[in-house]
Amino acid sequence: MELSGAEIVVQALIDEGVEYIWGYPGGAVLHIYDALFQQKKIRHILVRHEQAATHAADGYARATGKPGVALVTSGPGATNAVTGIATAYMDSIPMVVLTGQVPTPFIGSDAFQEVDITGITRPCVKHNFLIKRVEDIAETIAKAFYIATTGRPGPVLIDIPKDVTDPNVRIPYEYPRKISMRSYKPVEKGHPKQIRKAVDLMVKAQRPVIYTGGGVILGDASEELRKLVEVTGFPVTHTLMGLGAVPASDKRFLGMLGMHGTYEANMAMHESDLIIAIGARFDDRVTGKLASFCPHAQVIHVDVDPASISKNVKVDVPIVGQVKPVLRDMVKVLKERKTKPDAAALKAWWQRIEGWRAVECLKYPPSDKVIKPQFAIETLYKVTRRRDFYLTSDVGQHQMFAAQFYPFEKPRRWINSGGLGTMGFGLPAAMGVQQAFPKATVACVTGEASIQMCIQELATCSQYKLPLKIILLNNGYMGMVRQWQELFYEGRYSHSYVDALPDFAALAETYGHVGMTIEDPGDLEAAYKEAFGMKDRLVFMNVLVDPEENVYPMIEAGKGHHEMHMSPYLTAERELA
Amino acid sequence: MRHIISVLIENESGALARVAGLFAARGYNIESLTVAPTEDPTLSRMTLVTYGDERIIEQIIKQLNKLIDVVKLLDLSEGPHIERELMMVKVKAEKGMREELKRLADIFRANIIDVTATSYTIELTGHGHKLDAFLQAVPEETLIEVVRSGPLGISRGAKGLGL
Ligand SMILES: Cc1cc2nc3c(=O)[nH]c(=O)nc-3n(C[C@H](O)[C@H](O)[C@H](O)COP(=O)(O)OP(=O)(O)OC[C@H]3O[C@@H](n4cnc5c(N)ncnc54)[C@H](O)[C@@H]3O)c2cc1C
Ligand SMILES: Cc1ncc(C[n+]2csc(CCOP(=O)(O)OP(=O)(O)O)c2C)c(N)n1
Ligand SMILES: [Mg+2]
Repeated sequence: MELSGAEIVVQALIDEGVEYIWGYPGGAVLHIYDALFQQKKIRHILVRHEQAATHAADGYARATGKPGVALVTSGPGATNAVTGIATAYMDSIPMVVLTGQVPTPFIGSDAFQEVDITGITRPCVKHNFLIKRVEDIAETIAKAFYIATTGRPGPVLIDIPKDVTDPNVRIPYEYPRKISMRSYKPVEKGHPKQIRKAVDLMVKAQRPVIYTGGGVILGDASEELRKLVEVTGFPVTHTLMGLGAVPASDKRFLGMLGMHGTYEANMAMHESDLIIAIGARFDDRVTGKLASFCPHAQVIHVDVDPASISKNVKVDVPIVGQVKPVLRDMVKVLKERKTKPDAAALKAWWQRIEGWRAVECLKYPPSDKVIKPQFAIETLYKVTRRRDFYLTSDVGQHQMFAAQFYPFEKPRRWINSGGLGTMGFGLPAAMGVQQAFPKATVACVTGEASIQMCIQELATCSQYKLPLKIILLNNGYMGMVRQWQELFYEGRYSHSYVDALPDFAALAETYGHVGMTIEDPGDLEAAYKEAFGMKDRLVFMNVLVDPEENVYPMIEAGKGHHEMHMSPYLTAERELA
Repeated sequence: MRHIISVLIENESGALARVAGLFAARGYNIESLTVAPTEDPTLSRMTLVTYGDERIIEQIIKQLNKLIDVVKLLDLSEGPHIERELMMVKVKAEKGMREELKRLADIFRANIIDVTATSYTIELTGHGHKLDAFLQAVPEETLIEVVRSGPLGISRGAKGLGL
C-alpha cells in the first residue's frame, strides 16, 4: 500500500485503534485534514480553542483508560495546546498530541506560524518527536502511543512539518506491530523480595494506613486494592486523584487526605506506624510540612516510576512496578503467610479512628435561605446516584466540595485536574467523557470564574449534541482565592471578585442549550431532576450559592496533618456541646 | 558531594537539550557536561559532573534514567574510576619568558602545540586538579586564553559501559 505522509498519519491512528481526535485546523496541518476528510473510521471533533482539544482528549483518556488524541496546527495552535498538555503531564494521563510544523527547509527561520513546540513542551511531556522524513511517520506514531500508555503514562507530542505530509510523495506503508526500544523498558512486576519485606511490615503493624492515589486509577487496579483492603482490614485513604478506587461507602475508607482531606484521614496518617503508599506521589497538598509528615511511620511505596519514590519522603520499602501485578502478588503473599495482621492492635486502631470520625469534620451549617455549595453537591449525589454517572470538575472551592461531598463508588468517575489545577478543564474534559460514553450521564461542576476560561466550548457541545449537565456553583468570587485572602490576607479581596458576570442561563440558550438559574435551596432537587431528565439536552444550571462559604477542614500550606483547621461552625458547635 | 556520571544516550536531535533542560528545570547543579558520538554512531556518550547531597544525586540519576532517550547510565563515583580533562592554554611567550614556559610545560608533561613569535599554546591532559595546578603555576600576566573540555570518565577494570 502506497500512502502519502498525511494519509500515513491518519492510517497509523486508525491502526492504533483511535476512535476520536479533538482538533482545530490550520495551514500546517491542511494535508492531514484533507486525509481525515477522506476516511470514515476516525471521528474528528472540532473544538473552539486548542486548549479544549487537549482537555477533551485528556478527559476521554481519564474516563476510558485509552490514550486521547489531539491535532492542532503550528504556532498559535500548538501554543494554545500547551496548557492542556501540561495538565495531562502533571496527572500522568496518556495522550498523543499531533502538531503541524512549518516545512522542514523553513525550520529555524522564524517562518510564518513557526514555533519551537518540541522545545516549549519538553518539560511538560513524557517525550516528544520532530518528524523529519515521511519514512519515519508510522514508526514515530507507534512509538508515541507506546510511550504514552506504558510505564508511568503521560502526554507525547509529535511535531510534523508540512512537507513531510505532502500528498504527492507516496511511500509504502506498514504499521509496526510491536515496538521495542533499547532506551525505554518500563517495569511491570514488583521485586518478590521487596513485596515480602512489605508484607513483613504489614503483619507487624499496629497502626497501618493504606494511602493510594492516581496510580491505582491509571493502573486499573481498584479490584486488587479492594482485595488488599479486604484481606488486611486496614483503613484506606485516597488522594484527590485516587477517589473511587475503593467505594466511598466502604467503612474502611477514611475519605480524602491532605489539605482539604478529612480529619480522620489526616489524623490516621499522623498517628500511623506504617504507611502503605500505592500509586501516589507524596504531593505537597497531601503531605503538608514534610518535617512533621507521618512522624511515627515506616513507609512502603509502590510506584511504577522510580523517580516518585523517596522524592519527597524517605521510603523504607520501595517497590517499583505496576500497581496491578504488585497488589496481586502482595495479596497472595499475605494469604500464604501464617502470621496475620495483628487483630487486637487493629481493633484498637479502628477505635481511635472512629473517635476522629465522630468529629464529623465535613459538617456545615444548614440553610433554607441560601444554597450551600456542600448542599448542592449532596443533592447532586442524591439525584444522580443510580445513574451511570461521571463528574468532571474545574478548579477551586467547587472542586474541593465535589471531592468531599460526592461519594465516588467506582474508579474513573471523578475527573479533575489535580497536579496543575487548570481552570477551564472541566467543560472540555466532560465533552471527551461524553463522547466516549454517549449513554452515560456526564456532569461538570464548575465556578463562574473557571467556566469562563473555556466557555466557548458550549458551541462544540451544540454541534455534536453533547447532553452535558453543567452545574455552576456561582459564588460570585474566585472562591478559593477569596478564601486564602480571607484567612491569610486579613480579608483584602484583591481582584478575586468576579464582576460583570453574564446571565449564564441566557448565554447557554444562545448556544442552543437549556439554561436554568437556581437560587432557593428548596428548588434545587426538583431543578436537578428536571435537568437530568432532559436526556438529549445540555442543561446549564447556574446555581447561586453562599458567596462566602469556605472549604474545611483545611491544613495551611506548610503545616502538619495534626494542625487542621476545622470550620468555625464545627468549632462553635463543639464548644456548645 | 561531587559526582561524575556517564550517560549513553540516543544520538538524536534534542537529546542534549533534554538533559540540559532537566538540570535547569529541576534546579540541579551542573558543573560540566561533555558529549560526543560513540563508536556506534547512533549513540552519544555524555559525561557530566554535578554535586548535591545524597537525596539530590539519587533524584538526578532517576530523572536522567527517566528520559526516554537515555539508554544507560553509570554513576562513576560509586566505584574506582579514572577522570581526564583536556586543557589548552594560550600564553604570552615573549623573549624572556619562553624558556621558563617551556620548562613548566615539561614538568607537567604538557605539549606545546602552537608557537608564534610572541605566544605558545600549551596542551595538557589530566585530572582536573593537575590542570588547576598548572594554571596556578603559569605566571598570571602571561595568560591569554584557557579552554577546558570538562572531565571525561571511565571506570577501572575490565568491565565497560555498553549496551
Ligand atoms: C485546589 C486544589 C486543592 C487540592 N487539594 C488536595 C487535597 O486536599 N488532597 C489531595 O490529595 N490532593 C489535593 N490536590 C491535588 C494535588 O495537587 C495532587 O494533584 C494530588 O495530591 C496528587 O495525587 P497522587 O499522589 O495520587 O498523584 P498522581 O498525580 O495521580 O500520580 C500518580 C502516581 O502513581 C504512579 N503511577 C501511575 N500509574 C501507575 C501504575 N500503573 N502503577 C504504579 N504506579 C503508577 C505515578 O508514577 C505517580 O507517582 C489539590 C489540587 C487542587 C487544584
Ligand atoms: C488557569 C488558572 N488560573 C488561575 C488559577 C488560580 N486559581 C485557583 S482557584 C481560582 C478561583 C476559581 O474560581 P471559581 O471558578 O469561581 O471557583 P470557586 O473557587 O469560586 O468555586 C483561581 C483563580 C488556576 N488554578 N488556574
Ligand atoms: Mg466562584
